Amino acid sequence: MKMDILKHKLVPHHEILKEEEVEKLLKTYGIKKEQLPKILIDDPVAKAINAKEGDVIKIVRKSPTAGVSVAYRVVTKEII
Amino acid sequence: MITTSKKEIDKIVFGLLSPEKIRKMSATRIITPDTYDEDGFPIEMGLMDTRLGVIEPGLRCKTCGQRVKDCPGHFGHIELAMPVIHVGFAKTIYAILKSTCRGCGKLLLDEKQLEKLRKLYKKAVERGENTSYFVKEVVKLASKVTHCPYCGREKLPIEYDKPTTYREAGHKMTPSEVREWLEKVSEEVGDDLRLLDINPEVARPEWMVLTVLPVPPVTTRPSITLETGERSEDDLTHKLVDIIRINQRLQENRDAGAPQLIVEDLWELLQYHVTTYFDNQTSGIPPARHRSGRALKTLAQRLKGKEGRFRSNLSGKRVNFSSRTVISPDPNISINEVGVPIVVARELTVPIRVTPYNLEEMKELVRRGPNPKPPAGVVYIPGVNYVIRPDGRRIKVTEENAENVAERLEAGAIVERQLQDGDIVLFNRQPSLHRMSMMAHRVKVLPYKTFRLNLAVCPPYNADFDGDEMNLHVLQTEESRAEAEILMKVQEHILSPRFGGAIIGAIHDHISGCFLLTYKQREFSKDDAIRILAAAGYRGEVKEKMSGKEIFSKILPEGINLEYKAKACVGCATCVKEKCPYDAYVIIKDGELLHGVIDEKSIGAFKGVIIEYITRKFGNDAARDFIDRVTKLGIAAIMVIGFTTGIDDEDIPEEAKLQINEQLEKAKRKIQELIKAYEEGELEQIPGRSLEETLEMEIMRVTGRARDQTGEIASKHLGMDNSAVIMARSGARGSMLNLSQMAGCVGQQAVRGERIHRGYRNRTLPHFKKGDLGAEAKGFVSSSYKKGLTPTEYFFHSMGGREGLVDTAVRTSRSGYMQRRLVNALENVKLEDNGTVRTTTGEIIQFVYGEDGVDPMRSVRGKAVDVDMIIREVKNE
Ligand SMILES: [Mg+2]
Ligand SMILES: [Zn+2]
Ligand SMILES: [Zn+2]
Ligand SMILES: [Zn+2]
Repeated sequence: MKMDILKHKLVPHHEILKEEEVEKLLKTYGIKKEQLPKILIDDPVAKAINAKEGDVIKIVRKSPTAGVSVAYRVVTKEII
Repeated sequence: MITTSKKEIDKIVFGLLSPEKIRKMSATRIITPDTYDEDGFPIEMGLMDTRLGVIEPGLRCKTCGQRVKDCPGHFGHIELAMPVIHVGFAKTIYAILKSTCRGCGKLLLDEKQLEKLRKLYKKAVERGENTSYFVKEVVKLASKVTHCPYCGREKLPIEYDKPTTYREAGHKMTPSEVREWLEKVSEEVGDDLRLLDINPEVARPEWMVLTVLPVPPVTTRPSITLETGERSEDDLTHKLVDIIRINQRLQENRDAGAPQLIVEDLWELLQYHVTTYFDNQTSGIPPARHRSGRALKTLAQRLKGKEGRFRSNLSGKRVNFSSRTVISPDPNISINEVGVPIVVARELTVPIRVTPYNLEEMKELVRRGPNPKPPAGVVYIPGVNYVIRPDGRRIKVTEENAENVAERLEAGAIVERQLQDGDIVLFNRQPSLHRMSMMAHRVKVLPYKTFRLNLAVCPPYNADFDGDEMNLHVLQTEESRAEAEILMKVQEHILSPRFGGAIIGAIHDHISGCFLLTYKQREFSKDDAIRILAAAGYRGEVKEKMSGKEIFSKILPEGINLEYKAKACVGCATCVKEKCPYDAYVIIKDGELLHGVIDEKSIGAFKGVIIEYITRKFGNDAARDFIDRVTKLGIAAIMVIGFTTGIDDEDIPEEAKLQINEQLEKAKRKIQELIKAYEEGELEQIPGRSLEETLEMEIMRVTGRARDQTGEIASKHLGMDNSAVIMARSGARGSMLNLSQMAGCVGQQAVRGERIHRGYRNRTLPHFKKGDLGAEAKGFVSSSYKKGLTPTEYFFHSMGGREGLVDTAVRTSRSGYMQRRLVNALENVKLEDNGTVRTTTGEIIQFVYGEDGVDPMRSVRGKAVDVDMIIREVKNE
């Protein structure tokens, strides 16, 4: 039996950003892609949404302080 | 003679010293283990050879010709008779031996694997990533190889015995054999050594097996002369002596063709000495010791740990312009102030630049000298300790030269003036766990020898006066003073970033005083009212008769509107608000206290609703002023009303004692019944528990209830006319539980959450029968503290108490270590202007600080805004 982990209540919303959105994001924060937090390419959620190396994933999760908080992670391959 | 020249450090490269390099930088070879001759003169080519530098005044260094102060010291060297492993690299050597071929010295990877790793390595370097974990990968891949892909030699398993022994297929390798192997590796592997985390430009693997040992300069291991004239050598010197001795013997034996066994023994001994010379806490071998039994402090011990070079000398530095002494309380100074003893004020100075505008003033100041006599009626005026002339010369001002120095004072000089009232200083109490542990205060010079501080700042420093000491630092630049003034002053920290509430506030008697003043409708005569209000700094009209609530209202700022439940609130099912029989519903309208009593919840540190409100609404100045006044008001009130506590506060009537005894008897009977039911197998088992556990739980419940009930009986007879009760109910000190334990019964003692059961076989103490499960035999203390404990009760109580002490000790050490780790991990994380939290390289940790971007110090108990408060305010206007 294989279950859809994206539907689990402890897994926050993940979505892959479009090219333009990534550009805009990097511009707003004035950073290079490598300065984003990372997510491994073999992370279960990254696999579930079919993310490729270099994709930026937008994560929307519930926050005890802010209600809803948004974070971004760049997909990376583990070295070796 | 070498003249020193200014040199700038361009870069630092970490690498290994080659034997040639060690010989080249050596001032002399060391061959004899002796240090000084009979005349106390250093022996040539001994460990104290004057070519290694000098430590005695008068002697000149034979290498650089300079004297003690100027000679930096020079290295020497020892030629080892046989090579030895360097412990510091034992693991690296192991990795190399595992991943290379003994036959040809090549890495045990085929070209394809190598090419792939090289590519990955290059990429990692380009990205500036850590490359140290390539070693693991290489070793992992090599471990799968059975035969060398280049020369076909069989790869035999390598074992490593801590700290410095290697075996190939069970056969022990000598350091010489290891060195030969490593030599082949450096020849064959070349640039691929980088995959093993070795930079071939600065290190060759065979240098990890020592053939020459550098001898550090004498300046790094000075000998000390004891009062008896006896010389005592540094631990490093002792260790070097050992090494040279064994080295000599090894050389002699080998040259004389001694049996292999003897040579090997000596060789191993040499290895031991060299190993402990580097690190005397190497696991797997006993540490080298002094004759006295003390373990030697060798190279690693100089660097490692809390007392090591890093944590003690580099991260933690001792500073000038600081002082430390015992603290004591002073309710008359502001929370922003600190009382500094005259002796300390005379020692600490503030630098003042002399300009044409203050020249005359400064001349006058310097003329006073270092110990001026204050005019009549004044206890202290500042003097001057040093004057720094424009040319940089530092002149000590004495009573004799003061006049002279003052006359020659000119613009551009710096006058080091002693502390005076109003100077800003940093005040600190360890452990510095949060930012409030170090705050800026204004100096107030006072007589006697302790630092004085206002009682309201005890909570942030976590200070009391049972012998606590604190440190004081005098700021030396305008920038630092401005920064301290704006950011670090005590009044800037009334609200804590920890929970967004007041952390500075009234304690103990301030709270008792305000409670007594404002509880219900206490009346005060005009005289008393004036006395109380004058102490609190109130100036204005006073009515003929005043209630305590009216008096308190005088120090409340206008425009304060608050409604909340006081600490004294007992939590009735339905709150009747202003009709509360305990006067525990506080209503303040436009600065008038209409209902309710002022207690811990209103003005206490950590709680202080009023303090919090004033800080937010009227700012830090108003809050500081309020705290200064409310504490003085509380003290004045408690002195007018009168307050005392003693053991008779826990006196309860005979009838109450009987009731308590009755309750205790009942509880004991109930326990006997439970035991009987258990023994007869009639006890109903709690699901998921054994019968024994069920019994224990039931008994614990009975004993717990017994204590509560006795406490209730006792409290019924302790009313609001009782000082101890007033302190407990107002939150000033102590709790109702403390009181009921003093008056009623202490209750069940526990170790690890269970009734006490350890001790003798089947019983806790020989006073009881074996297998006794009753209340007394298992640590129930039915006496009260006031009545006194029986010997067995006292013993059980001590067991419970000991557990508490051990727990605190363990907790503090563990949380201290956790804090250290956390601080080290987060010290470089910084909040940027755009609200992101980043590392020094600009990597994002959080996109919005705390996810909501709220500064907890400016929050309302963690929330960005207090909606209820805003609504109430809008409605009121
Ligand atoms: Mg103390
Ligand atoms: Zn020298
Ligand atoms: Zn080979
Ligand atoms: Zn109430």
